[in-house]
Amino acid sequence: MKRPALGLAAALIAGGFLATAASPAAMAETLRWARSGDALTMDPHSQNEGPTNTMHHHIYETLVTRDNDGVLIPRLATEWSIKEGDPTTWVFELRQGIKFHDGADFTAEDVVFSINRVLEDTSDFKGLHAAVEGVTAVDDDTVEIKLSGPSPLYPNNLTNTFMMDKGWAEANNVTKPQDFANNEESFAVRNANGTGPYRLDSRDPGVKTEMSYFDGHWDDKPDVTKIIYTPIKENATRVAALLSGEVDFVQDVPVQDIERLSGTDGIKVTRGPENRTIFFAYDMASEKLRSASVDDNPFTKPEVREALALALDREAIQKVVMRGESIPTGVQMPPFVNGWTEELDKYEAPNTDRAKELLAAAGYPDGFSVDLNCPNDRYINDEAICQAFVGMLARVGVTANLVSQSKTLHFPLIQNRETDFYLLGWGVPPFDSSYIFNFLVHTKGDALGGWNGSGYSNADLDTKIKAIEIEVDLEKRNAIIAEIWDQIQEDRIFLAVHNQVLAYAMKDNISIAVDPENQAEMYFTKVE
Amino acid sequence: MLTFIVQRLFQAVLVMLVVALVAFSLFRFVGDPVATMLGQEATVADREALRDRLGLNDPIAAQFGRFVVNAAQGEFGISYRLQQPVLELILERLPATLELAFVSGVLAFVFGVVLGIYTALRRDGVLSNIIMTTSLIGVSLPTFLIGVLLIWVFAVELQWLPSFGRGEVVDIGGWKTGFLTVNGLQSLILPAITLGLYQMTLIMRLVRAEMLEVLRTDYIKFARARGLTDRAINFGHALKNTLVPVITITGLQLGSIIAFAIITETVFQWPGVGFLFINSIQFVDVPVMAAYLIFIALVFVTINLIVDILYFVVDPRLRVERSTGGG
Amino acid sequence: MTDITPEQTQPAKPARPRGRLTRWWDSDVAWSFRHSPVAIVATFVVAVMSLAALLAPWIAPYHPFDPATLNLLDGFTPPMQENQFTGNVFWLGTDDQGRDIFSAILYGSRISLFVGISAVLFAMTLGVTLGLIAGYVGGWIDTLIMRVADVQLSFPSILIALLVFGIARGFIPPAYRADMAIWVLIVSIGLSDWVQYARTVRGATLVERSKDYVQAARLIGVPSGLIMLRHVLPNVLGPVLVIATIGLALAIITEATLSFLGVGVPPTQPSLGTLIRIGQGFLFSGEWWIILFPSIALLALALAVNLLGDWMRDALNPKLR
Repeated sequence: MKRPALGLAAALIAGGFLATAASPAAMAETLRWARSGDALTMDPHSQNEGPTNTMHHHIYETLVTRDNDGVLIPRLATEWSIKEGDPTTWVFELRQGIKFHDGADFTAEDVVFSINRVLEDTSDFKGLHAAVEGVTAVDDDTVEIKLSGPSPLYPNNLTNTFMMDKGWAEANNVTKPQDFANNEESFAVRNANGTGPYRLDSRDPGVKTEMSYFDGHWDDKPDVTKIIYTPIKENATRVAALLSGEVDFVQDVPVQDIERLSGTDGIKVTRGPENRTIFFAYDMASEKLRSASVDDNPFTKPEVREALALALDREAIQKVVMRGESIPTGVQMPPFVNGWTEELDKYEAPNTDRAKELLAAAGYPDGFSVDLNCPNDRYINDEAICQAFVGMLARVGVTANLVSQSKTLHFPLIQNRETDFYLLGWGVPPFDSSYIFNFLVHTKGDALGGWNGSGYSNADLDTKIKAIEIEVDLEKRNAIIAEIWDQIQEDRIFLAVHNQVLAYAMKDNISIAVDPENQAEMYFTKVE
Repeated sequence: MLTFIVQRLFQAVLVMLVVALVAFSLFRFVGDPVATMLGQEATVADREALRDRLGLNDPIAAQFGRFVVNAAQGEFGISYRLQQPVLELILERLPATLELAFVSGVLAFVFGVVLGIYTALRRDGVLSNIIMTTSLIGVSLPTFLIGVLLIWVFAVELQWLPSFGRGEVVDIGGWKTGFLTVNGLQSLILPAITLGLYQMTLIMRLVRAEMLEVLRTDYIKFARARGLTDRAINFGHALKNTLVPVITITGLQLGSIIAFAIITETVFQWPGVGFLFINSIQFVDVPVMAAYLIFIALVFVTINLIVDILYFVVDPRLRVERSTGGG
Repeated sequence: MTDITPEQTQPAKPARPRGRLTRWWDSDVAWSFRHSPVAIVATFVVAVMSLAALLAPWIAPYHPFDPATLNLLDGFTPPMQENQFTGNVFWLGTDDQGRDIFSAILYGSRISLFVGISAVLFAMTLGVTLGLIAGYVGGWIDTLIMRVADVQLSFPSILIALLVFGIARGFIPPAYRADMAIWVLIVSIGLSDWVQYARTVRGATLVERSKDYVQAARLIGVPSGLIMLRHVLPNVLGPVLVIATIGLALAIITEATLSFLGVGVPPTQPSLGTLIRIGQGFLFSGEWWIILFPSIALLALALAVNLLGDWMRDALNPKLR
């Protein structure tokens, strides 16, 4: 124990009243876990959101999952393949002898029920399963999923699709994810019955969630048998809780505190790349910008886009704003993603003089001014990144007025195409380029291009983006993906800044590997 | 007196309606709830469908009407963020805020009045001047900084007190109290100081100022001339007469303690209604924001009513005024 | 009453015996000032800081509000030490964006003081006027004003700020938004603060109104407006000054708090409070200078204003003489 010596008076008080605040790391099997946000609900299909999915991975299980390198591995399904003679159907073989926390058997019927539940209107995962036409249980351990067309990468969409017990859901009247318009709380919001390694003991939303090991689980017994999860929103308070010994493991560690935490006795920090790229983008379609000082749209000119790229000093941002905790990149995609190459990842060295020349050549010898929209509560140091870029832009003559606000105000600007110039981060849960193309590159329409805030529209690319959805020949498919990326880089649709790096801080005696999607897994945690 | 109270209750309902209306008209400036309620895969059509289901596409007037009708029946809807009935959520969080506000209010009042009297009676004393000056340091720094500094000193460096949360709570008929466990009481100390410091200074300075004024008045001089003891003069006459403004301010401060708890609760991860509110702003959780504002309005209206009644009791001159004022 | 500065008293020489300044020099207030070391020191601090803030563009070694002059690589330089990348040295170090802390404090106090003073003047004018009217006139006007005050009080300042910001977003053209942010802040803070003045003034006015001299004045037919100004106002000045004093410091600190909640001046033009909010993130990481120096500046300013107010309250209160 590294408790400092107390003064006499303090010791007297401490004896009577203030004693137990700093008891050392509790029993080895209990893990006290803190991160910035809480799971929003225990209903596994209601919210597709980071902390919610992380919590569900402990209580519920999916058919397939990923290891820490992003490779698809079995979980509740042991094998999966495209049905012979029918490229539009996937066949999943289920693990046998699985039980739910309440003792019910896990069967193919539960999978059919869960996939159908995910397809309900009120589900937040239905977008990932839009191609599903039907699910059938062939026998107790085999499920077939029929899709509207060939879908070679469909299993990638199942990594956050959790399996529920049909009987439990029917008994508790939660056969659909909660409908917000209906003014009743659904039973599944605070209760759970999964097949996962931990069962839910108690849940006080936003305050504390307790889970303990489910001894009917099919896999080996984990080191951690009890989890106490407390969200702590403020960075300083969260770091303080670890420093004072009140929690054992902290996610969402602010980059500036990594050094201090690693240097503290009894605490260690592990790091790993996150599956998320931070980038700037701009309106490439409007004739006139909303906030610019000039009467046309500078971003439509390739010279201006190149000048912006030359103004951006990624390494300075990495060194100072990110404290070395980021991986600068020249492409809007992390290395895990299918389609990434070292060639694409390269970026130009910043060159202020050349940028000024390009601006002058484009007809803006005195630069121009424009609003830069930025979130301030979504990505690591998002506002500081924008601020740093404002300074870099100022040096080439572009006056960017920083408008930084909450994500709830920022995201609609992009979705509704109401911004001239913005920062966004994009994660790629299916680990495939098509996910980026579908949302960020395809022409904005009802189903695709939902986050294409730049208005970029290229009919040729749209055709290719649709083609890779159904291309079964993976080599051919990858060739098309490479073509699309070349066009994206040539047109400079995105100005990629860096890939985020995740840091987990914990007591010395525990080891938690960093997951690229920030899904910390207590099940695999080692305790010494 | 009864007509006065009935009148006030009627006005209170009106106040709440206005609060609800203003609240509603400003929610659309806070952000778009649908942006955070749906995952990033949601399509334009999905977002539109959800907006429709929530009734967010209806005119503000229609949304407001619906809200008032439901609220009148005690129905505040489901939180967009936590998916629980809002009324239940607020009632669940209320004990945390009330216990924190109560402790810091009591701290502020007791220390404020005691130190105020002391500094007034020993106006030129060295200790008085030290108290006056150091108390100002506490109000010359923003609350969030004081909270973080307290955490740094007492939780991280000294490791005497917890840095976040309420500690162990005991559930008594739905009211979760932190008063009954050692850990719960320890957890109260830092947030209560953070929250009460500003109010304490204000009350102290006010008591001192009022005491000084009253001590100079003729009737105190007269009492002194009559040979009453210092004790009787200071506490029987002087203190009693300083109470009017002190009660006003303290009453008003009670309300702002609850409003200011937003900051303290955020810094200390205190699971009260203020923290609930701040989180709901970031998530544009309209049902929670609306219910919270109505709740705060209720608290203020109640406090105002009590302060007005106390005015009646404490200062008899006002009774005449009221009856002729025609208000 | 606000013109109490030592500078003004200096040039008054005995050569002009009946001049206004001399008369003022001999007054009770001036006498009390000359005999209060705390008041003199506080005035000095406020004067120096106000002057430094006013002259920031001329005396600051850098221009922290001009992004083109910032070099990101200067970021996190400790005080009086060479930066590891650029080799530059800064007196009080730099923050996360490479801003010189000393210059940022000068520019930041400029914004904080401006917001604070303007917000207090706004709140005081509004609150005192409405409080006097409510307390003196009474009747339905009183009821209306005090009910509006109730509604107003029901809104935490953060929400008022959000409302005003939201409305401003609708009205102000994008090009002017950054410049308007400061006015929006002033209105937000002022609006959330006027009720205190109004309630106190009204309460005191109710008491004063029942006193004989006011009744008498009314009987002999002096117009009510004049009675209010002549008699009631000086008598309620004490409590109002108590509130205004703490109010100025409070306004400066509320601005800081709002920035903690994510509402306020743009991060490219930080106030003292914004600097502290930014520095707060570096409390555990060892970059103590980012939070320490702006906090000292804010503390010194707020403390001096409060102490000055303390003295003013005692000196200006006729009942205490």
